Amino acid sequence: MEISFYLIQLLNGIQYGFLLFLMASGLTLIFGIMGIINLAHGAFYMIGAYLCYWLTGITGNLFTGILLAIPLSILFGYAVERLAISYLYRRDHLYQVLLTYALILIANELQSIFWGNDVHSVPIPELLRGSIQLTANQAYPVYRLFISGACITLAVAMYWVIQKTRLGMTIRAGASNREMVQALGININWLFAIVFSLGATLAAFAGMLAAPVNSVYPGIGDNILIISFVVVVIGGIGSIKGAFIGALLIGLADTFGKVLLPEMASMVVYALMAAVLFWRPQGLFGKV
Amino acid sequence: MHTVTRPIIVFLCLCLLLLLLFPVVGSSFYTGLVTKIMILSIFTISLDLLIGFTGLVSFGHAAFFGIGAYLLAILFGNLEQINYWWSLTLTLSLTGVAALLVGWLCIRTSGVYFIMLTLAFAQMFFYFFFESPHFGGDDGIFMLNKPQITLATRQLVDLDNEHHFYYFVLAWLVGVYLFLSMILRAPFGHVLIAIKANEQRVRALGYSTPHYKLVSFVIAGTIAGLAGFLEAAHTNFVTPAYLGWHESGMAIMMVILGGMGTLFGPVIGTFIVVLLQDFLPEFTEHWKLIMGAIIIFVVLFLPNGIAGLIFSISNRFSSRAPGGREG
Repeated sequence: MEISFYLIQLLNGIQYGFLLFLMASGLTLIFGIMGIINLAHGAFYMIGAYLCYWLTGITGNLFTGILLAIPLSILFGYAVERLAISYLYRRDHLYQVLLTYALILIANELQSIFWGNDVHSVPIPELLRGSIQLTANQAYPVYRLFISGACITLAVAMYWVIQKTRLGMTIRAGASNREMVQALGININWLFAIVFSLGATLAAFAGMLAAPVNSVYPGIGDNILIISFVVVVIGGIGSIKGAFIGALLIGLADTFGKVLLPEMASMVVYALMAAVLFWRPQGLFGKV
Repeated sequence: MHTVTRPIIVFLCLCLLLLLLFPVVGSSFYTGLVTKIMILSIFTISLDLLIGFTGLVSFGHAAFFGIGAYLLAILFGNLEQINYWWSLTLTLSLTGVAALLVGWLCIRTSGVYFIMLTLAFAQMFFYFFFESPHFGGDDGIFMLNKPQITLATRQLVDLDNEHHFYYFVLAWLVGVYLFLSMILRAPFGHVLIAIKANEQRVRALGYSTPHYKLVSFVIAGTIAGLAGFLEAAHTNFVTPAYLGWHESGMAIMMVILGGMGTLFGPVIGTFIVVLLQDFLPEFTEHWKLIMGAIIIFVVLFLPNGIAGLIFSISNRFSSRAPGGREG
């Protein structure tokens, strides 16, 4: 096979890694700051994808669809935090797992009630429909480049918010010592609500971006949820840098696994995880 | 751990009596359903050993159930005659080895890492069977025959007879129950319960807690494999769905609803959840919505499960002082 084929796979792997990063960063933030293990994170991805499909269908344009879907996702994340997650802060992980698992069941049923069980495709807007010709018979779709670009922009914005703003300072402080932040008089409930809806929106946004490529179908969030867990575990729980490195590693491992070892593609990711944990049980950037 | 008072022993004996009499009155369908519930109960009891007694929240316990089922189907599924003793020994020891490997990697972590890791390993096994063309892929594997239980060429139990199978599974359930209650009363079990309460203190007392946790993980995994073995023998069929994480999630639900930290709680939880799974779809297509609501209700208002309720009722009837230490 030619070099351009591998180049395309490389780009695909990076693009998938970026999407995973959007998922995993929310997951790792929610855990690092709020101490909540959130299984419902995949449900937000699913809801993002379905909102995108629904609103794009109504407005006829992917961009307006996404623009309308984002505030809805923020609201939805906030509502879930207030109505369900806020009861779990002082509870054992076991109950967090169970309650957020129940949220998955409910979200999946609501999806099936509102949007049915069919597979839907979301049209790529005219502007991004083309592809870049690499060789005579190899081309790379522009939309995938757009996904990567959007993710990079978001990652940079997140970096800026977390490192340079007052809110980011509070978030970082919350991640390193929750009690101290509370003692300093910062409204922790407010911080939790922001972090949770931010994380939920990141997941939903990943779902929106992926919708035109992967199409939209029931159970879409389940698979990516588990992979995001793998990313978080590899990177180290609570570490955004770890989530970034982990997401790229997994994105590449998964993409090249499918090309090189098609019979056990899905296992490559888990084997990688086992290898990393064997070497560093707390993940690449995790604190012991 | 709760002290099991006399009213509870009476209650358990009554339940056992009901189970013993059930096939006499129950239809063929319900005999099969209760058989399935008892098999799943063996599985959830083994999960309770981890969650309720050792304090290890495994979100991948279904993997061992599935591995047990698959081992029987892969190694013996094509044989004309399956020797029960051989197939059981081989299946359980290989499942135990799998639990040892997974446990050895997972025990090094704790808390959320442990939850996520067990989940991820279970998914790994799920995909292994789901994608593998040799092991039936997503179609699963059909088995031709059930294991033959013979002793010196005499058939002891005829597994093709559904009543025989029912009592066979019931015997296993009682056996596993007694085995685990024996373990938990032994010094080893006390160490496990202490680990759940405060691992650091146990380690400070000089116990090598990782070893205890690993042994607990292997015992639980092997018993889950036994349940998988029985399920495969019951239905003559295995599917990758056995290993899926929804199975693990529902198993946790059964343990919590029934009451973790007691051995009979998971059995009650399994009965309730499976019966709900059986009846709810008759009312509405979207029965999982109701299931989700029930789970949320249990988490918020019934964290000690039904066994917790039973204990508080029994304490009222019991002549002893209000007992039942949490643990």
